[in-house]
Amino acid sequence: MNISSTIRISFRALKVNKMRSALTMLGIIIGVGAVIAMLAVGTGASKKMSEFISSIGSNILMVLPGATSAGGVRMGAGTQSTLTLGDAEAILKESPAVADVAPILGGIAQVVYGNQNWSTGVTGTTQSIFTARDWNVASGRLFTEQDIKGAAKVCLLGQTVVDNLFGSIDPIGKSIRIKKIPFTVIGVLEAKGQSPSGQDQDDVVYVPVTTAQKKLFGAAFPGMIRMMYIKAKSREDIPIAEKQINELLRQRHRIGPRQENDFTIRNLTQILQAEEQSRKLMTLLLGAIASVSLIVGGIGIMNIMLVSVTERTREIGIRMAVGAKTWDIRLQFIIEAITLSLIGGIVGIIIGVASSKILSFFAGWPTIVSPFSIFLAFGFSGLVGIFFGFYPAYKASLLNPIEALRYE
Amino acid sequence: MALIEAQEITKIYRLGDIDLKALCAISLSIEEGEFIAIMGPSGSGKSTFMNIIGCLDKPTSGLYMLGGADIGGLNRDELAAIRNKKIGFVFQGFNLLPRTSAIENVELPLLYNGIPAAVRKKKAAAALKTVGLEGRENHHPNQLSGGQQQRVAIARALVNDAPIILADEPTGNLDTKTSAEIMKLFVKLNKESNITIILVTHENDIALYSRRIIRFLDGCIVSDGSVEKP
Ligand SMILES: Nc1ncnc2c1ncn2[C@@H]1O[C@H](COP(=O)(O)OP(=O)(O)OP(=O)(O)O)[C@@H](O)[C@H]1O
Ligand SMILES: [Mg+2]
Repeated sequence: MNISSTIRISFRALKVNKMRSALTMLGIIIGVGAVIAMLAVGTGASKKMSEFISSIGSNILMVLPGATSAGGVRMGAGTQSTLTLGDAEAILKESPAVADVAPILGGIAQVVYGNQNWSTGVTGTTQSIFTARDWNVASGRLFTEQDIKGAAKVCLLGQTVVDNLFGSIDPIGKSIRIKKIPFTVIGVLEAKGQSPSGQDQDDVVYVPVTTAQKKLFGAAFPGMIRMMYIKAKSREDIPIAEKQINELLRQRHRIGPRQENDFTIRNLTQILQAEEQSRKLMTLLLGAIASVSLIVGGIGIMNIMLVSVTERTREIGIRMAVGAKTWDIRLQFIIEAITLSLIGGIVGIIIGVASSKILSFFAGWPTIVSPFSIFLAFGFSGLVGIFFGFYPAYKASLLNPIEALRYE
Repeated sequence: MALIEAQEITKIYRLGDIDLKALCAISLSIEEGEFIAIMGPSGSGKSTFMNIIGCLDKPTSGLYMLGGADIGGLNRDELAAIRNKKIGFVFQGFNLLPRTSAIENVELPLLYNGIPAAVRKKKAAAALKTVGLEGRENHHPNQLSGGQQQRVAIARALVNDAPIILADEPTGNLDTKTSAEIMKLFVKLNKESNITIILVTHENDIALYSRRIIRFLDGCIVSDGSVEKP
């Protein structure tokens, strides 16, 4: 008994009851479709997230002013200014696990070139931010030691700012005005694109932190900075650096043993881990949905196959009378069940791919349909067919040929 | 050695706590090339006997030898293989697969014999030609008359070159004229291809096509004799 004729027989049997076959496949179709769509959403989201994380840079800690409540929610963020440029320098000098520290200070400001103007975030920092975030200039140069020390009136522009102020003109060496103070453009940063929250990471202007303090934003809190980016020497050094920074800042801020911190250290890997955890949960949930729908679909197939075996008892008898062996009969019904579940699987895959495209089109979610998920869905629907087709096939193969022939 | 050799075959059906003796110690031998008619009243055990001869069923006791080999100890699949290669069945109700063309119905025994598709097609077409159904290969059973359906069934019984055809009331559903045509076909197959034919019938004029008539009554053979041909 060869497979190709068995497959032909199955197709014919399924065609006889088109409506019934279609309804039977529905469970598999919905199950597989949902799995494909949700995997696509999941993969898309995680890819976007990891892109964002890598755009920030690796082994990064953030130190922000203000306390963290017991629940982990930062209280009074930005209302207090407790971090100073001195803190940043001390951390770099005294914490061995820290590779680099980038103080950050800034606000929204009007930026003017010629008769063009643009309102954007102006950030005072050091060249460290660019090494920490693995960020480089597309043209021109980054800050130098001298720029920072001498509070030079130079700036680096993000691509969006360049587009809005300069259009097609080369901005390097040109003079722009930030809060009416003239700055020389020394470089244009590489484009970073959007963050997951939809923020344009290229809509930025960077100036030396010292310049920002003295000339732009330092009036209210002299010597204060808004936050710092800290790069640990390695992934393993992140918790060590966190501990060292904590001790150092408590000491520098003269915080007593029972008092709360007046600063908050945020660990990006923690955020990453939380992200990973929720993704795992999501995967688990997907797995549950997938298995439930596939099991329900499989039971539907088993049900229909049992009906089919009963309806075709006489056919089975005829086949046995002319020499069909146990496994000829079994294979026929198993292949029929597999055909049902695989067609359901293929339709499900098509629907899943289509609905993830629709999702990303209308909901704006990034979706990625990986070949692996298609392979997985296809394989699983095949397995469902084998698993749930076996019992009906087994039952058919055990029929007594005489009784089967006599069956009305 | 006879082609079919039955010794003291009994078949007992248990119905609740009553034993129903469908066959009582049947002994019989049939040579290759014989054409036998089995007759007897309803319930006398003719079909039961045919099923045992055809390896569809096993006797409760007794010895059944087919072509010199004991069938008693064989399992389901071995019996299936014997049915496939040695025996062609023709039933009163035709028993063709519905929604399946004549040629595919005829191909069925070849399919389970592992014959490649091209050879199957050729042999099935030849068998259909033998029974006079050339040109009807692609008709489905519901597009054929009763006599034509029975011819398809006979072609299916022939296609694997089985040496024995067992026909249980093959003309039971057919009118007199069609019955005669079918019987002539059996006679021809018996004469020209030396196929051993055993058929069950209630009608004397059908039985007269055969060369030996065996009569059953209450599970026993009551007479066994050759037909005098004019
Ligand atoms: N599966 C079964 N279970 C119980 N009893 C059976 C079974 N099959 C047949 N019998 C009984 O065995 C006896 C012989 O039946 P069988 O079918 O061989 O008769 P038959 O000679 O072919 O009759 P008919 O001419 O009506 O076809 C009958 O009494 C029948 O009731
Ligand atoms: Mg009968």
